[in-house]
Amino acid sequence: MSVTLLFILLSILSLVAYWLGRRTVLVMAAGNHRRLHSLPRHYGYYVAMLTMLPALLLLVLWVSLDQTFITKLVVAELPPALVPDSGARLSLLVNDIRNLAAGNPGSGAVDPALQAAAAHYRRLTQISHLLLPAAVLLLAVSGTALGLKLIHPDHRARPAVERVIRWGLILSASLAILTTLGIVLSVLFEALRFFHQVPLADFLFGLEWSPQIAIRADQVGSSGAFGVVPLFTGTLMIAAIALLVAVPVGLLSAIYLGEFASRRMRAWVKPLLEILAGVPTVVYGFFAALVVAPLVRAAGEALGLEVSSESALAAGLVMGIMIIPFVSSLSDDVINAVPNALRDGSLAMGATRAETILRVVLPAALPGIVGGVLLAASRAIGETMIVVMAAGVGARLTANPLESVTTITVQIVTLLVGDQEFDSPKTLAAFALGLLLFVATLLLNVLALYVVRKYREAYE
Amino acid sequence: MSKKRSPIKRRAVREAVAANLERRHRRDRRLRRMGLAAIVIGLGFLAFMFVSIAVLGYGAFRQTHIRLEVNFEKAELAPDGKVDKKALAQADYQRLVKRALRERFPQVRKHRLKRQLYHLVSSGAGYRLRDLVLAHPRWVGSRRKVWLPADDDVDVWFKHHGAGARLTKAQQEWLASLQERGEMRTFFNSDFFRNGDSREPEQAGILGALVGSFYTLLVTLGLSLPLGIAAAIYLEEFAPKNRWTDFIEVNINNLAAVPSIVFGLLGLAVFLDFFGMPRSSPLVGGLVLTLMTLPTLIIAGRAALKSVPPSIREAALGLGASRMQAVFHHVLPLAMPGMLTGTIIGMAQALGETAPLLMIGMVAFIVDVPHGVLDPATVLPVQIYLWADSPERAFLEKTAAAILVLLAFLVLMNLAAIWLRRKFERRW
Repeated sequence: MSVTLLFILLSILSLVAYWLGRRTVLVMAAGNHRRLHSLPRHYGYYVAMLTMLPALLLLVLWVSLDQTFITKLVVAELPPALVPDSGARLSLLVNDIRNLAAGNPGSGAVDPALQAAAAHYRRLTQISHLLLPAAVLLLAVSGTALGLKLIHPDHRARPAVERVIRWGLILSASLAILTTLGIVLSVLFEALRFFHQVPLADFLFGLEWSPQIAIRADQVGSSGAFGVVPLFTGTLMIAAIALLVAVPVGLLSAIYLGEFASRRMRAWVKPLLEILAGVPTVVYGFFAALVVAPLVRAAGEALGLEVSSESALAAGLVMGIMIIPFVSSLSDDVINAVPNALRDGSLAMGATRAETILRVVLPAALPGIVGGVLLAASRAIGETMIVVMAAGVGARLTANPLESVTTITVQIVTLLVGDQEFDSPKTLAAFALGLLLFVATLLLNVLALYVVRKYREAYE
Repeated sequence: MSKKRSPIKRRAVREAVAANLERRHRRDRRLRRMGLAAIVIGLGFLAFMFVSIAVLGYGAFRQTHIRLEVNFEKAELAPDGKVDKKALAQADYQRLVKRALRERFPQVRKHRLKRQLYHLVSSGAGYRLRDLVLAHPRWVGSRRKVWLPADDDVDVWFKHHGAGARLTKAQQEWLASLQERGEMRTFFNSDFFRNGDSREPEQAGILGALVGSFYTLLVTLGLSLPLGIAAAIYLEEFAPKNRWTDFIEVNINNLAAVPSIVFGLLGLAVFLDFFGMPRSSPLVGGLVLTLMTLPTLIIAGRAALKSVPPSIREAALGLGASRMQAVFHHVLPLAMPGMLTGTIIGMAQALGETAPLLMIGMVAFIVDVPHGVLDPATVLPVQIYLWADSPERAFLEKTAAAILVLLAFLVLMNLAAIWLRRKFERRW
């Protein structure tokens, strides 16, 4: 029985339970609503909840865990000679067993022990498939029975239902914590396994990045090199170019919109500028790789410079345009938050508007602007698609923006897209890079929020 | 300032100010002009990007076709004499195409040249013929002129007037002869909207990616809307001011700023490796995007709830409603338009997201249109990424066209959000 069908059945059962609960309690109260503690429908909800929730929980747990569980059982039954020591081989073996169980024998002769394991796997899967609907439906029906037994006219059904809803709300809100936890744990766990194979110091301070690992152990460079410094400099260079574009343009447009522009112009230009943040990054990536990069290259050649076709400059320029709204929106907010009394005071003393802005408004708004720039920087460091499409993959330790560099995000994508084997340092390295990225952006965000918050208190 | 200044000193100050005034005003104007220039740069870039993508991509909505006289010979289509659906569906239509090409250019004799000749027409032309014959079975046994899709190189050659295509001299001569007789023209490229991905640019379409995006967004919406509303209600209406609530808020604000690719790593490690969910499936993509867009939805939802005046709650509570009833019966319906606006914006963000989906294997080359949330699929932005990487020149046009389609959807969604806001906006 498919999971969808089971779910539909469960829904129908809960509808029936709702109707039964409502009717039972009305019969008990002899049709007199006033003798009930709660509204009749609350009794219906109560029974329906007892029917649906435990069964649904069981269903979700079962479906998400049964394969893992069955695999564990099958592997435990395997003859010890067959069980490989490394996790990667084991997952290959498990794949073979699954294929056999699904009826796709691979090429060549099959080990009888494997055949037996496959049969075992198939049997367990069948049992699981039979047991699941039985267990779920049984639980649902017993939930209904329990609910019908519990309700009576004095039963406090509404508070009970509302308590459950409240717990549902709390759980939904706590999902954010769970997500953060999931990110930290999954990245940290794999990164720690990586640091077992590659020392932390080599990772953080190594000047060489070439994760291609030879297949045979005796090949040259078999260990791969996992020094993250060239990635870091590449990331910083592209982010710096982006900020060099975004900060002046964003700040000046915020100043113009806040201090010079008419109300009508503001109403039009502000949303238009914010479109820049809404365009999907893959569009910027395409534009950077196919329009801007050739232009930069042509311009460089006209000046007699050698420009790589995947230059950091092109990627940085486009990324800078993308983050303009981050700088301008936040700057605009803080410039608007500067009290008018300061402006009026300065103007009354005979300062021009430019002097007022540069000497009074901007210094007052500076912490907020710095916060905005930091947020923009974190965005630039974590941005992926533009650099994947427009920057290079070769790690190079250079300070020349016309050469191609690579970034942390590019390397994560290169390492994880395509065929991958688990447990190889190459795959694990991506998680270590992810950890680095997460920590770096987290620090920037916290710093930015701290600066902004500290500033806000000044005028309250 | 009790001390009186001498008239001479006052005049000196006035002169000094006057001498500087022009320069100060110049600086004022300069700052103003720089601000204007910054806005012009930002918007100009936006316009430049859109225009250049439109110029690159509009061509893909039309596809070059070649008119050939095809002999729908009975012996060829139904070798055993029976003209029924089954025989017609299985016949070798590519042979008919090749024969028609040979008849059109009888002077081509050499084997090598013939091969080049066959390459003028798309390798999917046979399918077009099959569809035509199945739609008009009476055509069997007759000769008809039909328009068949041209190969991608021919398409590029025709649209760009001979520039930049990888065609041999002989091929260009044949094409010139076709063009002279009006046997080449472009039609609306319906294949682009009807096909999945393909290695052949002229047969590649975005339907598979569109359907994949649809399923992915469906999962995202189905999960993030209830979860986001529930979380916003809790935090805004019920949460006590304590450390746990503060911790939740800090987490939500932080998640909103975590790079999207990190969510992809989470999806890979948790959903694929730990739970063993199917790779490349819209289900996993939707789950990852749900986690990613939830902060946006929660923040928007809270703002919407905050804008409902407390008098509504107090009135409901005063009439004896429980807090839960006050929220669900009175506050939530009033906050709903604002929440939906936030949801649409979150969905638009999810529709354009690429990087986390690369991590969970949605970059595979998938020809078939997915039929459910468990089928392997790709999404529109990832399709754009894949095509942008292809070396064939014809894919450049397709990529830009796919971007235009993506942008059109985003514009529609944002217009819907604006419309919703205008229509239901309420000042209390």
